[in-house]
Amino acid sequence: MSDLLFDIRNLGIGLGGDRRREVVKGISLSIRPGETMCLVGESGSGKSLTALSAMGLLPKALAPTRGEVLLKGEDVLKASPKRLRELRATAMSMIFQEPMTALSPVHRVGDQIAEVLVAHTGLDGNARRKRVLEMMEEVHLPNVEAIYRSYPHQLSGGQRQRIMIAMALILRPQLLIADEPTTALDVTTQKQILTLIRELREEQGTAVLFITHDMGVVAEIADNVTVLRLGEVEETRPVMGLLRNPQADYSRRLLQAVPSLIPRPPRAVNDRPVVLETQGLGKTYVQSAWFGKGRSVVAARNVDIKLRQGQTLGIVGESGSGKSTVARCIVRLIDPTEGSIRISGTEVATISQKELKPHRRRVQIVFQDPFRSLNPRIEVGESIIEGPTNFGIPRKQALERARELMELVGLPGSALDRYPHQFSGGQRQRIAIARAIAMDPDLLVADEAVSALDVSVQAQVLELLDEIQSRLGIALLFITHDLRVAAQICDEVMVMQRGEVVEYGAAAEVLGNPRTEYTRALIEAAPGRDWDFGHFRSVAETLSGKAEA
Amino acid sequence: MSSNLAAHSEESPSRLAQLRAIILGSPIVLIATLLLVAIILAAIFAPFVAPYDPVRLSPGQRLRPPSEVNWLGTDAFGRDLFSRVVYGARISLIVGVGAAVAAVLLGLIVGLAAGFFRTLDAILMRVVDGLMAIPNILLAIAIVALSGASLWTVLVAITIPEVPRVVRLVRSVVLSAREEPYVEAAVAAGSSTWRILTRHLLPNTIAPLIVQGTYICASAILVEAILSFLGAGISPETPTWGNIMAEGRIYFQINPGIIFWPGLVLSITILSINLLGDAVRDALDPRMAKRGIDR
Repeated sequence: MSDLLFDIRNLGIGLGGDRRREVVKGISLSIRPGETMCLVGESGSGKSLTALSAMGLLPKALAPTRGEVLLKGEDVLKASPKRLRELRATAMSMIFQEPMTALSPVHRVGDQIAEVLVAHTGLDGNARRKRVLEMMEEVHLPNVEAIYRSYPHQLSGGQRQRIMIAMALILRPQLLIADEPTTALDVTTQKQILTLIRELREEQGTAVLFITHDMGVVAEIADNVTVLRLGEVEETRPVMGLLRNPQADYSRRLLQAVPSLIPRPPRAVNDRPVVLETQGLGKTYVQSAWFGKGRSVVAARNVDIKLRQGQTLGIVGESGSGKSTVARCIVRLIDPTEGSIRISGTEVATISQKELKPHRRRVQIVFQDPFRSLNPRIEVGESIIEGPTNFGIPRKQALERARELMELVGLPGSALDRYPHQFSGGQRQRIAIARAIAMDPDLLVADEAVSALDVSVQAQVLELLDEIQSRLGIALLFITHDLRVAAQICDEVMVMQRGEVVEYGAAAEVLGNPRTEYTRALIEAAPGRDWDFGHFRSVAETLSGKAEA
Repeated sequence: MSSNLAAHSEESPSRLAQLRAIILGSPIVLIATLLLVAIILAAIFAPFVAPYDPVRLSPGQRLRPPSEVNWLGTDAFGRDLFSRVVYGARISLIVGVGAAVAAVLLGLIVGLAAGFFRTLDAILMRVVDGLMAIPNILLAIAIVALSGASLWTVLVAITIPEVPRVVRLVRSVVLSAREEPYVEAAVAAGSSTWRILTRHLLPNTIAPLIVQGTYICASAILVEAILSFLGAGISPETPTWGNIMAEGRIYFQINPGIIFWPGLVLSITILSINLLGDAVRDALDPRMAKRGIDR
């Protein structure tokens, strides 16, 4: 008992504190000093709420219904607001997913860290400044004097998250709660932040409650793991035990849904017709100025793609690499400034919007955010038939086809007259796919189409895309930042960095035997890359097993 | 993710239930609504509500204080003040609602065009900026002075200065909505510009326009009263709240009721409309409601 730093006992959280309307239903977990506990679960599992209740930060509509949250034996659920303020930052702190919104945009970041010292210590200005600079060194920020004076928007995402960590840990709290702290970051940055958290935990003996939905991150950072589902604990295990031998059915399914980093073998499609061919495709944004020279930003340059029917090409890269720009140019949502795009032999890069119209149906797109990609005010059936009716198909016939398509994507055909808010995120993404294939496109562009989905839903949607592809023989252009997804679905992979193609070839070749430094760094940064989650063993074991077979 | 879901299911209750929730939501809004309904009914059924003809002169009854015969007293020509205020509500409400509807429709069309077509935007917005630089009342007086006073010219004169605000509002909504993936999906589906405008962009503007419309209605009633008071509005023999007050100004020391009563009804009307507008805004935008009354 005494060696437990943080102990949640039978915690319940309900709407308005009502036992009958609980969203968290009796969670228990405990953390020893210096230990990292990962709280894993899909959306709606109550993982964030559990953390927020410890900090006394629950949304107003929710309140604890039962149980206790003990920090060094003190129940923080019963603590007064004044006592909670004392505990925050000194005994426990929290970092959030999006450091840009967690920091104040109008104050210098150094002053924001110093603010913690103002509130909790009697240090004078000089001592505070000295302490803040030390802490910034500890989180490995470069050039700390300059960064002290910077505003959040002047820093990169990784630097901002380091500032947040510095702010959280400057008073050496015994407990750090991290709510998806790397989800909004690029993989290479994510790796650095994970390393930093691990290092600080070892140096300061801080216990970490780490909330994530990413099994790869779990494999990297956890000592123990608690799997949550719909507000209940499925199992609590040491990390290796969970990864090798999950007890609960749900944990098993969760792990199996994680795509493998081992690339799929490419399919033979060389005899098929070429659906998409780009040559020297580029997009430069020019900001003209009245006086002097305007600024120009190259978003993409010299992109050559050749994609055949029934083939899948993945474009991977970090944010700002130009992968989405390429996708949007190909769909002609934006106009490319250089090069050519041929869709089934027709040049579409340079023709006007009016001439383009008849060719619109050949290329369709599925977007990232399922909550925004369907018009919330019209029935999903109307959304699906909008495209076909634009091309002169009678309404009745289009609706009939829409019903078939709904069934094809695994939804009841009778749901056509419902509105988007009546569906879950995964279902909406299916509807978006149905809308896209209602046009009988030659090419389907998926722009981070599974990135916003839970891993089990993601696996289903990827499966659906695969099935649709083999049934309809369409070509897929898959934009993703997730190498696992790329490895699982793509025949070929193109790696982009700062608007340029750095590598392009068969998926097995690019991911298995990268030729450039950048690709190698990307692969190395992929969290949990040594672990083959779906087979509950390490990648090395899988590969040697394959070799034996 | 869960908060995301909640935010997106906000449209589920029916419009009628929503409206009822707004009105019954707070006692102040309920009172404002009841007062407003009473004023509207009085205006519609003015011949039955008003005990006398509002323009009938009775020189023997000049400047009487409130009594059982003349509930609010009489004016300088012996006309019954209560009847005049009731009939005055007709003009005020016609002008208020008319100006609101006209300004919203006009602003909607111009705003949609400006928000969607880049080239038009530059030109239209400069015109709008220019209009906004002229004080409302001054512009209205100029328009009435140029074309002669009548209900129509007053309506036009009040509407035009209100349009720029609506244009800016609609334009900003369109600019942000056109970035939504569902609009891009419609572009990729080959939908015509007209279809994208009416089906995907226009519905986004309706909620803010309802709110803006109530403010314009209140402001138009006030401007009409000011124009009448200044003598630049509808001809003086027509009973409007502004006209009544303008006449009463001279006799303020003898019968202050001539200014007080129409002024009171005017204030109540505008306050009620604004309160209702605030309540509608809070109901349509939950983020605002949490912040309370301060805007």
